[in-house]
Amino acid sequence: MIETINICKNFGDNVVLKDINVQLKAGRNNLIIGSSGSGKTTLLKCIVGLHKPTSGEVLYDGQNFTKMHFVERVPIRKQIGMLFQSSALFDSMSVQDNIMFPLNLFTDMSKAEKIDRANFCLERVNLAGKNKLFPAELSGGMKKRVGIARAISMQPKYLFVDEPNSGLDPKTSILIDELIAEITVDFQTTTVVVTHDMNSVMGIGDHIIFLNDGQNWWEGTNKEIAHTDNAELNAFVFASKFMRAAKEKL
Amino acid sequence: MLYHLGRYILLMRLSFKKPEKFSVYWAEVMREMVSIGIGSLGIVAIISLFIGAVATIQTAFQLVVDYIPKSVVGTITRDSTILEFSPTITSLVLAGRVGSSIASQIGTMRVTEQIDALEIMGVNAPGFLISPKIIAGITMIPLLVIISISLGLFGGYIACAASKEVAVAEYIQGLTGGFKPIILQVSMVKALFFGYIITSICAYQGFYTSGGALEVGQSATRGVVFSCIMILFADLVISRIML
Repeated sequence: MIETINICKNFGDNVVLKDINVQLKAGRNNLIIGSSGSGKTTLLKCIVGLHKPTSGEVLYDGQNFTKMHFVERVPIRKQIGMLFQSSALFDSMSVQDNIMFPLNLFTDMSKAEKIDRANFCLERVNLAGKNKLFPAELSGGMKKRVGIARAISMQPKYLFVDEPNSGLDPKTSILIDELIAEITVDFQTTTVVVTHDMNSVMGIGDHIIFLNDGQNWWEGTNKEIAHTDNAELNAFVFASKFMRAAKEKL
Repeated sequence: MLYHLGRYILLMRLSFKKPEKFSVYWAEVMREMVSIGIGSLGIVAIISLFIGAVATIQTAFQLVVDYIPKSVVGTITRDSTILEFSPTITSLVLAGRVGSSIASQIGTMRVTEQIDALEIMGVNAPGFLISPKIIAGITMIPLLVIISISLGLFGGYIACAASKEVAVAEYIQGLTGGFKPIILQVSMVKALFFGYIITSICAYQGFYTSGGALEVGQSATRGVVFSCIMILFADLVISRIML
């Protein structure tokens, strides 16, 4: 489980996060949602250690990650897999080398074992046989799936996903969502997804955290979100005519 | 200025922390050596031949007095090529070729979140990205300078053979006479420092890029400009101290 305690983050005078307290449990898809500029990605970056919180703490299974030195964080980092919004694949490496990169650095596996692991991860994301392709030769959806394959190569305990559906068509978006949900169940990962895609929210949101103006405004599940009377959340989720019509039918 | 100096020193300290796995870093060093060394061989060869030839022709043009032996042309070409032309001009050209490549490569990795991805995995990103480039720079640039010296002197030989201003025998006599080993030592020290300056300054500029494609280009430009200035400054300091 990951826990944040009173996380605040300022960039100069700009207060982005205000006293965020959340518990992100294992085996669940924890979705952080909110409008643009609400602090979703900043919260995610504070949790994974890419940003240092102005105040507050992040605990990974009770261990205070915020207070750890870079070297002390390495054992936890090895248990983290992350899919970035831009996929962040290493351009100069093939798909297989991208997936094998953390294995090369942090394991003593033989080359054959590493290739087997890469093949397993690629099969898991339905990209078997694409080992030799380079990131420039992949579509946006394929890049996301390779990013997921790389993220799961070390069998992570914690999986972080930043805007998995950005720039993807609705069908591919649903495939990516289903993949993330399956991995969460299969690997029992603590999965944290930052998104503003309503299909993701309604489809895989076991635990939804709605950020508004840098604050934890609402928490609940995808079943509860349809019946909430929280005005700001309703304005965000049911902004489109389609979603309002769908709500009326519920 | 002090802010950048402090941040540069901290980055260099991080760059030389113990690697996560030596074999992976070693492979990176080899890759960078090929990129910096073999990749720059063509341009270094071309400029060195021309600089050697031009230095010989211009020195011969200026030494028209009868009481100075023509062999002095070879000596002056040799000393100026070893001391200044090969290490400094080669490094200035390499700052453009290698430095801009390093800054834009690391800068692109920064803006496309590839450096964040490394850090998330627990990789010491400065160590993995910067130290192999610095090691490759300080080993390959002195080797390139040695090649540049050889080709520069050969360029002078070709100029003598082609122009008949100075007899080839006199040129060779000038090259071989009165050689002081210190000039080669100074040249190698310069090349070592210039290699470090080019790779570390450009890596620093790339590593702290923020924004997008425009900023990557700006980082590469800044890296090359600062490297060139620092090369000339180091050239002066090393010459003053060692000669």
